[in-house]
Amino acid sequence: MLYKKALNLSVTLFLIFVLAGCASRQKIESVLFGGGNSDTEDIISNAIPGSSQDFTTNVGDRVFFATNATSLDDDAKSILERQASWLELYPDISILVEGHADERGTREYNLALSAKRAEVAKSYLESLGVTSDRVESISYGKERPVAACSSEACWSQNRRAVSVVSSD
Amino acid sequence: MRFLRLNKILFLVSVIYFIQLTYTYAAIEISVTEGNIKPLPIAIPAVFDKEMQDKDLGLNISKVIASDLAGSGLFYPINPKAFLEEIASIDKRPDFNSWRVINSESLLTAELFYEGNERFRIEYRLWDVVAEKALVEEALFTSRNKWRNVAHVIADSIYTRLTGEKGYFDTQIAFIAESGEKTNRIKRLAIMDQDGHNPRLLTTGNDLVLTPRFSPSSEDLVYLSYRNGQPQVYIYNLESKQTYVVGSFPGMTFAPRFSPDGKKIIMSLQEGVGSNIYEMDLSDFEKRRLTSTSDINTAPSYSPDSKKIVFESDKSGSQQLYVMDSDGRNVKRISFGKGSYSTPVWSPRGDYIAFTKISKGRFMIGVMFEDGSGERIITDGYHNEGPTWAPNGRVLMFFRESPGENGGAMIYSVDVTGYNEKLIETPGFASDPSWSALLN
Repeated sequence: MLYKKALNLSVTLFLIFVLAGCASRQKIESVLFGGGNSDTEDIISNAIPGSSQDFTTNVGDRVFFATNATSLDDDAKSILERQASWLELYPDISILVEGHADERGTREYNLALSAKRAEVAKSYLESLGVTSDRVESISYGKERPVAACSSEACWSQNRRAVSVVSSD
Repeated sequence: MRFLRLNKILFLVSVIYFIQLTYTYAAIEISVTEGNIKPLPIAIPAVFDKEMQDKDLGLNISKVIASDLAGSGLFYPINPKAFLEEIASIDKRPDFNSWRVINSESLLTAELFYEGNERFRIEYRLWDVVAEKALVEEALFTSRNKWRNVAHVIADSIYTRLTGEKGYFDTQIAFIAESGEKTNRIKRLAIMDQDGHNPRLLTTGNDLVLTPRFSPSSEDLVYLSYRNGQPQVYIYNLESKQTYVVGSFPGMTFAPRFSPDGKKIIMSLQEGVGSNIYEMDLSDFEKRRLTSTSDINTAPSYSPDSKKIVFESDKSGSQQLYVMDSDGRNVKRISFGKGSYSTPVWSPRGDYIAFTKISKGRFMIGVMFEDGSGERIITDGYHNEGPTWAPNGRVLMFFRESPGENGGAMIYSVDVTGYNEKLIETPGFASDPSWSALLN
């Protein structure tokens, strides 16, 4: 037990040392923390700037939509503006925007609808100066809900466009 | 619900079937166009098997035939315990009186003969018990492991002789087998017999797959897969088990279907915020754009003569159904009821278009004519979606999803009249059914 703690501490110190001195630290961070396994959670609770955790926690990785809608409200726009500013800070990072729909539509329409949501978010990021080679999009339709209940409380969480950080 | 009930009343037509007797002509007939309320009594004794090499074969075949016919809702197989005569040879003429007294109006007699190489021959006769006349006399050869198929073929021939319609029992259903958590469903391409037997998984579940649709020859499936990251349309050959991507497109391709001649695929391509309908020739992978708007244009389906295409578009503000010529001209909106309409599928008979309708938070399956008239809701509930037609255009399958964290999809069949709704039993949750053509 004591040995394990000491090991954790030394790993932490080692990481801080490496990351502080690293020129292209984003790549290493995403390699180190991309898996998100539970052993590393203590270490990343103060998300390291430029990491996907930093992006998710401090910037906000997702925007939400009204039923059958694809327009961005003010909240969505301000989150995408923060995403654009963050991406400006880390020019090596690119993102994949995933479009999603709630379960209250037919399969094909939801694929097209969530493709449109992802595309709208992507276009807004590009209008803010993020170059198109750094933003890709993909549509998941109603296939990957984050909330499983069958009421508006869950559906509103599932109508989303999520920006996922990748390092290449 | 009220709408459904009204429809049932409208279709309670008194003439169900009739028996006509003349010296030269006898006919038991069933109408499949009306909602039948009294099925035709039929006696289906065990197939006579003198050698009994496979003890249960004859009995099992007769059970599948009875199950198919009963499942259609048009026939009432009489309980074999009531039978007075034992059929002990195909060549012996039945004692018709002993079948009439148990109120049977038709009778199937059959005998099987074992051949080499695990094969057998089955001879059967369908009798009009009242007219004392054979209506069908046939012999079939098959291998023993295809006994279910032979039973379906016999059931189809009985159905065809007594209804005047092609059967649909010797068919398969392609579908998506679902497992795992609702937030991370594992979806696999799968296939089963029309009655839910012989389910087989075709993909591993590593890649998300959706919307399989049979080719007209029933040899291929066209479907959506995420195997290369972006969702794209693929074709799976059931014989070779090989898969290939349909064309090279920059964005997502989805909502595919074969043309009635099997030579083309019609599908949607995402273009920026919109989705448009493309036709792709499978011989040279030449693609042709059929819609060009920035709306969501998807779920295309050909008319059986290939001259027209029905699809859904949100160009009016909500999803509605449109019909256009197969070259993309003369686009006409056909759905005008309250709510939105999607997943249109043209009946193989050409008469109806089936669809999913969403209104007031309910998901229904319905049919309408190609000019939008005659709309009729067949089933209504929390979530019904994705109709597919039996090859005779008289029966539909669709999937019904139950709500909640532990909810999921199951496949149902229903007559186009709205009667005879049945769950198709699958090993787990199942969605996106596609009905094959007749196999033999």
